[in-house]
Amino acid sequence: MYDLTEDQEALVGAVRDFASSALAPHAIEWDQTKHFPVDVLREAGELGLGGIYAQEDVGGAGLTRSDAVLIFEEIAKGDTTIAAYISIHNMVVWMIDTYGNEEQRQQWVPALASMEQLGSYCLTEPEAGSDASALTTSAVRDGDEYVINGVKQFISGAGSSSVYIVMTRTGGPGPKGISAIVVPDGTPGLSFGPNEKKMGWNAQPTRQVVFDNVRVPVANLLGEEGTGFHIAMKGLNGGRVNMGACSLGGAQWALDQAVRYLKERKAFGKLLVEQQSLLFTLADMETELQAARGLLRRAAWALDTNAPDVVSLCAMAKRFATDVSFTAANAALQLHGGYGYLADYGIEKVVRDLRVHQILEGSNEIMRLIVGRALVDDAA
Amino acid sequence: MKIVVLVKQVPDTYGERTLDPATGWIDRAGSDAVIDEIDERALEVALSYKDSHKGTEVVVLSMGSKAVTVGLRKGLAMGADSAVHVLDAALEGADVGWTAAAIAAALTSTGFDLVIAGNESTDGGGGVVPAMVAERLGLAHMTFLESVDISADQVAGERTTGQGTLRVHASLPAVISITENLPEARFPNFRGIMSAKKKPFRVASLGDLGIDPAVAFAGVGRSVVLQATKRPARTAGTKIVDEGNAGVKLADFLVAGHLI
Repeated sequence: MYDLTEDQEALVGAVRDFASSALAPHAIEWDQTKHFPVDVLREAGELGLGGIYAQEDVGGAGLTRSDAVLIFEEIAKGDTTIAAYISIHNMVVWMIDTYGNEEQRQQWVPALASMEQLGSYCLTEPEAGSDASALTTSAVRDGDEYVINGVKQFISGAGSSSVYIVMTRTGGPGPKGISAIVVPDGTPGLSFGPNEKKMGWNAQPTRQVVFDNVRVPVANLLGEEGTGFHIAMKGLNGGRVNMGACSLGGAQWALDQAVRYLKERKAFGKLLVEQQSLLFTLADMETELQAARGLLRRAAWALDTNAPDVVSLCAMAKRFATDVSFTAANAALQLHGGYGYLADYGIEKVVRDLRVHQILEGSNEIMRLIVGRALVDDAA
Repeated sequence: MKIVVLVKQVPDTYGERTLDPATGWIDRAGSDAVIDEIDERALEVALSYKDSHKGTEVVVLSMGSKAVTVGLRKGLAMGADSAVHVLDAALEGADVGWTAAAIAAALTSTGFDLVIAGNESTDGGGGVVPAMVAERLGLAHMTFLESVDISADQVAGERTTGQGTLRVHASLPAVISITENLPEARFPNFRGIMSAKKKPFRVASLGDLGIDPAVAFAGVGRSVVLQATKRPARTAGTKIVDEGNAGVKLADFLVAGHLI
């Protein structure tokens, strides 16, 4: 489990080349100017980042979740925000590839896998976040069409995406009344709120998505009516592991910067790295990040093998990795002193970016709920 | 069309590179090994021809230690069809003459219409191997090309000399080397990486190539490093103070350094 295969070494190497040349040199500027680099995402698509674990017959790379967890850590070292968006995009691609019928797969996946088109995942609503199964966006059948009405909140990529997977209520209350429907951009009645002003994640747009009598063919339904919540949760298992890996990559980059800085910077007549208390901080950061890496790889393995405890493992990995990575990035900022607070050093950006990973893809409180319930139920 | 691209694995120029004081050879263990960037551009020339000419076969060929496998696999991941690795303990520390002899034999054994190499390497390099290979094969060579135009039966391009630009062409088969002026290489993509290990990968010893080192290298003098000197510490640069003629002084300085 601990040694990468020769293929994985090569995959990670290719991502490193891409992230260090196409992302890292621009990350600060994109953050400062709130620029969503759609052209660079196309390059990412050429590399294979658009459909990492989608099947090859529709343009995916056909890799495993164990590969993906390594890949996301590496992208995030270049730009955490772009890495996180690529994770969301892959969740959309995976859902269509996995739950779509042959026609839907052929229709949507190839352009998404190449990232010529981008995807957005629409679950959260203004009044339904952690309690996602309380969502109220409705899809009412009218002949061969669904008529969708409602509002989705905090939607990454909204306004730039071509494909929206929308969790809608087609039946009664609760999770069993929810269906997943694909809504293409440009459908009449589909509109977007203003780009939200955020603490971080500035290099990707976050908007409301508004549905006002949006009509789509019934053929755009993914899976069966009433399976949408199941699909949404399945997607999130992988999304959580990816997001943990994105946190880890950002924090690892910040730690690497801190090590370098402490080996150069002198105070009180010696290098900072010779101050034992600072060395201990580095040691704690390294230890916690390695622990997160181990847990993430374990969860990815559980996804690959469809292990019985996969949901709980993904939740543990997400909770732990996003928490310790935020703490490590914040420690890296502190170790840089005043420079850490300057945008030019890139550390404060990573801290701001990683903060939201503790909230999204299921907040870390929900992760504890999943882990705790599984523990109690198993023991019963 | 069968194009063989010569690639050399070198220490990454990104890091500090050092010489082994005992042998005077470059310390290859001291830094990450990568395909020389100019050779990647040579591969890009071949691959972009292949993009527009289906049926083109691209082979990456390298001589070096076991570690070269990684670089050749990257070449396959980028899109080459097969790889040839000349691996033989007798070649350790080979100089340009021995290297050219071994590569020429490997090329003869592999077969080719066109050989493309980088013009020089960023580690221990003399910038002469492509020409020496062509000499051994008895073929036309055009080196230091800054543009390349491949057609079915000939290769053409431009090379810059101190006096001007030469437009050159040669009938195939031929050997060319290219400069950094050619486009940057593509990234290997995931699909390429995963398919790389299914592609033919030939490891050939000198014996496999029909070379008996005792015979083949007899009389081919082999250069030996007598002494290696560390690069001197950087000294202060030249300051030009503008007294109304700074432009002229600057131009003179650049001309003296053959920089313009």
